[in-house]
Amino acid sequence: MTPVFPFSAIVGQEQMKLAMILTAIEPGLGGVLVFGDRGTGKSTAVRALAALLPPIRVVQGCPVNAETPEAVPDWALGVGEEIVEKPTPVVDLPLGVTEDRVTGALDIERALVSGEKVFQPGLLAQANRGYLYIDEVNLLEDHIVDLLLDVAQSGQNVVEREGLSIRHPARFVLVGSGNPEEGELRPQLLDRFGLSVEVASPTDIDERIEVVRRRDAFETERDAFMAHWGAEDARVRDRILAARECLRGVEAPDEALRDCAQLCVALGADGLRGELTLLRAGRALAAYEGAEALGRQHLRRVAPLALSHRLRRDPLDESGSGARVARVVEEVLA
Amino acid sequence: MSEGAARWDRALRALTLLAVDPAGLRGMVLRARVGPVRQKFEALVADLGGEAHRIHPEIGDAELYGGLDVTATLAAGRPVVTGGLADRPCRLILPMAERCAPDLAARLAQLLDASPGHSLILLDEGAEADERAPAPLSERLAFTADLDGIGRLEARGELPHAAIAAARARLPRIALPDEAAAALTALAARFGIDSLRAPLLALRAARAAAALDGRDAVAEDDIREAAELVYPSRATQAPEPPPEEDDTPPQEPPEPEAETPDDDGQLGDLPEELLVEAVAALLPPDLLTRLAEGKASRAARGSGAGAKRRGNRRGRPLPSRPGRPGGRERVDLVATLRAAAPWQTIRRRHEPGPGRVRVHASDIRLRRYEDRSDRLVIFTVDASGSLAMTRLNEAKGAVELLLAEAYARRDHVALIAFRGAGAELLLPPTRSLVQTKRRLAALPGGGGTPLAAGLQAAGLLAHQAQGRGLSPRLAILTDGRANVSLEGAGGRAQATEDAARMARLLRAQGVPALVIDTAARRGDAGRTLSDGLGAAYLALPRADARRLSGAISSALGD
Repeated sequence: MTPVFPFSAIVGQEQMKLAMILTAIEPGLGGVLVFGDRGTGKSTAVRALAALLPPIRVVQGCPVNAETPEAVPDWALGVGEEIVEKPTPVVDLPLGVTEDRVTGALDIERALVSGEKVFQPGLLAQANRGYLYIDEVNLLEDHIVDLLLDVAQSGQNVVEREGLSIRHPARFVLVGSGNPEEGELRPQLLDRFGLSVEVASPTDIDERIEVVRRRDAFETERDAFMAHWGAEDARVRDRILAARECLRGVEAPDEALRDCAQLCVALGADGLRGELTLLRAGRALAAYEGAEALGRQHLRRVAPLALSHRLRRDPLDESGSGARVARVVEEVLA
Repeated sequence: MSEGAARWDRALRALTLLAVDPAGLRGMVLRARVGPVRQKFEALVADLGGEAHRIHPEIGDAELYGGLDVTATLAAGRPVVTGGLADRPCRLILPMAERCAPDLAARLAQLLDASPGHSLILLDEGAEADERAPAPLSERLAFTADLDGIGRLEARGELPHAAIAAARARLPRIALPDEAAAALTALAARFGIDSLRAPLLALRAARAAAALDGRDAVAEDDIREAAELVYPSRATQAPEPPPEEDDTPPQEPPEPEAETPDDDGQLGDLPEELLVEAVAALLPPDLLTRLAEGKASRAARGSGAGAKRRGNRRGRPLPSRPGRPGGRERVDLVATLRAAAPWQTIRRRHEPGPGRVRVHASDIRLRRYEDRSDRLVIFTVDASGSLAMTRLNEAKGAVELLLAEAYARRDHVALIAFRGAGAELLLPPTRSLVQTKRRLAALPGGGGTPLAAGLQAAGLLAHQAQGRGLSPRLAILTDGRANVSLEGAGGRAQATEDAARMARLLRAQGVPALVIDTAARRGDAGRTLSDGLGAAYLALPRADARRLSGAISSALGD
């Protein structure tokens, strides 16, 4: 495995980095959707984030990354008791993947050769307690999308087919990325993502040059580069860990709740998911910044992330939903 | 030197650089029809040495990532796993790259990103301008060479193997002057190349060129050569004049993301204009047409990329067929056992041993489904006063006729009416004929003609339907005389303009449409609308039932 590009060495793209850090602090946020042009560092950021996170403790050989031997599902055979550390799993969900591969299915070969009925776990099992990354999420087939939505919602994968009846935990942070030119996402799926970010290539020439320089240094002088940015990454990791610790202690005063509701009403966001995500993301940010209570300055920063994909589509508004959110945030939180 | 020979030399040079640094440059796109010139080039590619594999656009996961070797597994009676092409660094050659499905492109792109040693040669045999190797892949590869039009005698030369070996050894020590990155990045911006992969690949190419020419540091020539090889095929705009010469904002470039270069993009002592000219001389002659086509086909591709794959809500099972289970197919267990059953006695006789059922690879049957998208016909009916007096009932009659047709074809239908201040979705997509008729009969008439609002509602519904995997078609019944703007205000000028704008948006959305002109006296309004929509046109006054249903079938297609 080659080392991945360090998270803190990514130039610019502050919104994307912030969104990723927030999901690392609060996995309950419901994932990130990154939409943007090619070559803007979407995949790089996802992989970098996973490499940044501390390893998780799992029972060795467990197909669903269970934390304790008691949590290992009974269909998993030959799993020991030993606890080992392994990196936070990042599972790629390729396009054109079959349903069997996602949910797991009857192990056909075992069934044919030895007549045993054995469950072969799929990608959802692998992604438990980690990240499920879908590149080109907008090109994913519909039935796979439906399946993912259902599992992401319930945190459980239920397989009822070919005479099997199996359920196992599947809690993962969904990260999707895509290029809006190639197709849009169904609103149902959009809504399930907690945060969304639109990325574009930097327009500032100096910033672009810096990107090229760093990437080039990463490829040609890897050791020196990793030594420098590895220390930076460690700092970000420590902040994330500290934020996870104090996340529950962050207060959400009534005024903040009122602000959340007002923002959502003013924007006409459907459902209550917007408010909840806004609140959670705000708290995660407050924890990350070491604040004791959720304040307006936090809401202001997370509102575009949490709300811009929940607006009704307006084909005549060319300014884009991000600008609409920014406008309303200025009005409501003035 | 002739133009063809010069192009061949550039392609050969690109291949030589690729041989020096395959891991950094990642590969090249070769656009050429099959012929002696391509054969010659392919022979050179084969001459590169190292492990190479030819893959095909339908390659399965098992071959790519490794998996269970079914034949060996069944023979051995225990799982036998074979390695895939992703396991070890090698060069992959993909012929017919223009037919590569987006999911394979995504997987290969992932492979290129994750693996340190894979390189990829795409053989793009596209005949038409819009038949191209998938962008996510070609964007990751350093070079593009177009071999079409090169004469057989112009294709000469061999790879300099000794120089390549020496350059490989020298490559890690090549120094890069500070301004090289800045110059190449600024240059990419001048040509409207948005992705930052392009300057990175150009940097690698410059290094390889320096190594090949026996230098210890990247020189100006290397930078120019790298730019010449990497940029022309990626350019999205002809270079703008240098910024100091025009202080008015440059003319709106064809691509919105194009930006003007900054004045302070320091180039050191590199003559930027020389670089720009060098690359500009190599811009493909069809750059502008390609851009126009790219824009025009974008809307169609947006829905098209998905329509085939995700546009299918369910599948009708077809008979299973023999095959080798790859990543995508499911084995039809029952059919497989049924195929194996007759052979059991013979097989037991010839292969003594334990085990009850003997299944051979040739018995395996794969499930197949046939699925087809459902059609949704969105009736957008003008119920305004101008129509209500005389022709609303006729329009209703026409819709009923179409409904019967739609019912026979098991289409979904939806009904939108517009009158007064806005449009209303009277009936969301349904298959219920009864409901539609009832709503239609109850449709009141009167008020202004908010054509734009009607089109907008139809466009939104069509968009949602596409997301749900239906193929929407619009049937618009109107006299085309809009007099209420999108905002609900009166005024014919604004209303007409809004309607024209919405028509353009709908057209860009790529939804087939039919305009049925219900005007009592023939006017240009209906015709203008259908032209704006790119839709078929039919005048109702002279349409009888049979003609109408025939027209909608042919106009809306299948």
